[in-house]
Amino acid sequence: AALQGALRLQVSAALKEGQVTPTELCQRCLSLIKSTKFLNAYITVAEEAALKQAEESEKRHRKGQPLGVLDGIPVAVKDNFNTAGIETTCASNMLKGYISPYNATVVQKLLDQGALLLGKTNLDEFAMGSGSTDGVFGPVRNPWSYSRQYKGKSVPKSHSEDEESNWVITGGSSGGSAAAVSSFTCFAALGSDTGGSTRNPAAHCGVVGLKPTYGLISRHGLIPLVNSMDVPGILTRCVDDAAIVLGSLAGHDPKDSTTIQDNFKPFELPNLTDVSKLSIGIPKEYHAPGLSSEILALWSKAADLFKNAGAKVIEVSLPHTCYSIVCYHVLCTAEVASNMARFDGLEYGHRSDMNRSTESMYAATRREGFNDVVRGRILSGNFFLLKQNYENYFIKAQKVRRLIANDFVKVFGSGVDILLTPTTLSDAVPYMEFIKEDNRTRSAQDDILTQAANMAGLPAITVPTALSKRGLPVGLQFIGHSFQEKQLLTVAKWFEKQVKFPIIQLEEVMRHDHNVFQHQKSASFS
Amino acid sequence: VLNRRCVEAAVMTGLALNCIINKKSLFDRKHYFYADLPAGYQITQQRVPIAVNGSLSYSLCIDNKMSQMVTKTVRIKQIQLEQDSGKSLHDDTRSQTLVDLNRAGVGLMEVVMEPDMCCGEEAAAAVRELQLILQTLGSSQAVMAEGQLRVDANVSVHRPGEPYGVRTEVKNINSIRFLAKAVDYEIQRQIEELENGGTILNETRAFDSKLGCTVPMRDKEGKQDYRFMPEPNLPPLILYDARSLPANMNHQQVVNIDWIHERLPDLPSVKRAKLVEQYGILPEHSFALLNEDGLTEFFENVVKQTQMKPKKVIGWILNYLLSYLKQHSLTVKESPVSSFLLADLLNLLEKKEISSTAAKQVLAELWKGEGKTPLEIVKEKKLELIQDEKELEQICQAVIDGQENEVIVVVRG
Repeated sequence: AALQGALRLQVSAALKEGQVTPTELCQRCLSLIKSTKFLNAYITVAEEAALKQAEESEKRHRKGQPLGVLDGIPVAVKDNFNTAGIETTCASNMLKGYISPYNATVVQKLLDQGALLLGKTNLDEFAMGSGSTDGVFGPVRNPWSYSRQYKGKSVPKSHSEDEESNWVITGGSSGGSAAAVSSFTCFAALGSDTGGSTRNPAAHCGVVGLKPTYGLISRHGLIPLVNSMDVPGILTRCVDDAAIVLGSLAGHDPKDSTTIQDNFKPFELPNLTDVSKLSIGIPKEYHAPGLSSEILALWSKAADLFKNAGAKVIEVSLPHTCYSIVCYHVLCTAEVASNMARFDGLEYGHRSDMNRSTESMYAATRREGFNDVVRGRILSGNFFLLKQNYENYFIKAQKVRRLIANDFVKVFGSGVDILLTPTTLSDAVPYMEFIKEDNRTRSAQDDILTQAANMAGLPAITVPTALSKRGLPVGLQFIGHSFQEKQLLTVAKWFEKQVKFPIIQLEEVMRHDHNVFQHQKSASFS
Repeated sequence: VLNRRCVEAAVMTGLALNCIINKKSLFDRKHYFYADLPAGYQITQQRVPIAVNGSLSYSLCIDNKMSQMVTKTVRIKQIQLEQDSGKSLHDDTRSQTLVDLNRAGVGLMEVVMEPDMCCGEEAAAAVRELQLILQTLGSSQAVMAEGQLRVDANVSVHRPGEPYGVRTEVKNINSIRFLAKAVDYEIQRQIEELENGGTILNETRAFDSKLGCTVPMRDKEGKQDYRFMPEPNLPPLILYDARSLPANMNHQQVVNIDWIHERLPDLPSVKRAKLVEQYGILPEHSFALLNEDGLTEFFENVVKQTQMKPKKVIGWILNYLLSYLKQHSLTVKESPVSSFLLADLLNLLEKKEISSTAAKQVLAELWKGEGKTPLEIVKEKKLELIQDEKELEQICQAVIDGQENEVIVVVRG
């Protein structure tokens, strides 16, 4: 069975029928990880543990008792989820070498289903950033940088630049997870999404990125960035796979008081054929400054696709969208300042050698442990939380947040089922260009299309749509009603089927697996 | 995650203290850096606490003889739920601090009183009554020495008719006795300071039990900005009563104020009133009974097993049993004399088989805990009251005969 293009169900079926064993699957992924090391997608690879899990899975399959569809399936987890016995660093000096004593709830759920945990993926330090470039282990490289599609289109520069420096970013902050899924080293990966951190890299890496409704999936064990906006994100190669993973993760967790109590029923996605009853909203404010003409055209084309298929496509307005960046900035930095207070070097993580006094030890530890992005946000956040500023900044921002959320309530209340928007302003930029601006500027620019969904707690998914002129992936985003993931994913799946996004042609993968094109189920069409 | 039992304890305590229970209360983060605060913030209820506006009634003896009691009231400002920090043990000799994080995060209930008390005695009496209430409710075992009940005193002085003065906060008070001492010392200190033309600083002071005085605490300087922020991981706490409880709500998922109210045990004040009514003892006696753990039970057990009137039994309990226990630092549970034995003894007295002097001797013997019954001791020491008149006459005659000179003196008048 091929790694490429294979849908989970197919692989599961293959495992079930013994066409391939979990151990073989695991070994292939591990060896692919090794040969794609230059992507820097993984911080830690848990080879021994994964092979052991594969062995257990094999036993179960031989007995004809797989735990479920995920049994034996290799997955990767972003390095800000706690994993027992495996290092969790958040790509920060502060947690280098930190080994958690417990698994995050979502990690435990995956393991309980028999999934094989291959390793922890790279990210921006503490998930702050939109490029996966600011972690302490270095930037993640977009696999598409090495694809035939991109290399074929890249124009040789006047001053000699070798292939090395032309690589493009993955987007962030869950860049490692996106790259891992995109380069076939795993079938699904967990990311986190606070302002777009799962959807942004998913779009840039040509994979599906799902941000579930806030409160649907437990955050217990996810090292928090912004408690009121964080959600675990799901990255897969197709929408059906995302639905499967969602089904195994969603549901109330007594350890997370922000998860809803209602019973969650995992669902199978129907194959939608008739979209005439759908109402698709196109929010005009998402025609944001800086949106590339290419993506604008693609967005338009997608709207037409729905229209031509019989759906009702209307322009809608989310008037407070323009305030979301500053609002997000205030609330995000305030919560960050609070959440980072626990890193004082006393109980775990890095501790400075400075020991003149407790205060000086705190200061030195935090200066040494955090990069300047983190430190900058902590300072801002503390400023906004000062007694004299609280009313003017924090409370104001909360009010604006409510207005932004109400924009969606109004639009969804008027009969719109799904919103269709771009996910990113452009395709992935080359690393050398990206780092010319600082993290704060980049985040402010790149988050504009994704962060409102976090403010309102709504589910959103990015689906790979087409390749850009430069041969890089572009995704489009669907935003749905609260807790209506089934409808959201059903529409996304229909769209996915229509656009037939091409499979990445990565030499490493092709070298790896000769059977690739023979088992390709989806015809590629760019 | 919120601990249900803590919420129930806070509601119970709020109801016992006549508070308004807020059906919706909120949680906040209070930020500061300290070695015993691992998260860098404490979760508390700064904006809207769980209970407000209550009152606590307590009694004081006017003189020191427990013969005249007055009832006073202190208003309860609020009760809030919060997290405990860890414990810091300062080792100044080695310039280090040891931090014990075991209790960090454990739920605390803070009861805030209004400044309605005027001296150490009142403070002590109020806290003592609160302690009894908490123990009766089961909210806390409230033993100060074990840190189960921690008391910080806020003290200020002012001239009659003038507004309240600047207050200081006194910490490190480890017993009710020390509370009274600390408050009185601080009052005195402040008066002296002001009369000497000085001013009172709004500071935190520690009570030094060895020296019996308060000293400024070196750690806390200046006003801290705690950067309060709503706790994002704890949704607002909603409590229900019989009226507001939705029909299909799972009983285990909610806390019902009325349900708790119906199950409140008798508060100390009610228990005392019942004792006075049922047994005809004095109010002071009821205070003494409730003040000692297990004493009420002991008393009631003795009353059940003896014909002696409770009004007389109480004397034996308070004057002899209690003082013996105190002398030997024993609790009622550790008493070598059980209620059964005492009842037995009191029965002998009641039946006039022994005199009260003899009874005291028997009691002294019983304390040794050698397992002998009162009757056995009486027989052994020949303490029986002689009922036979003839025998008595003989004894008296013998005494008189043996003391001829004294007799002559007495007869002469």
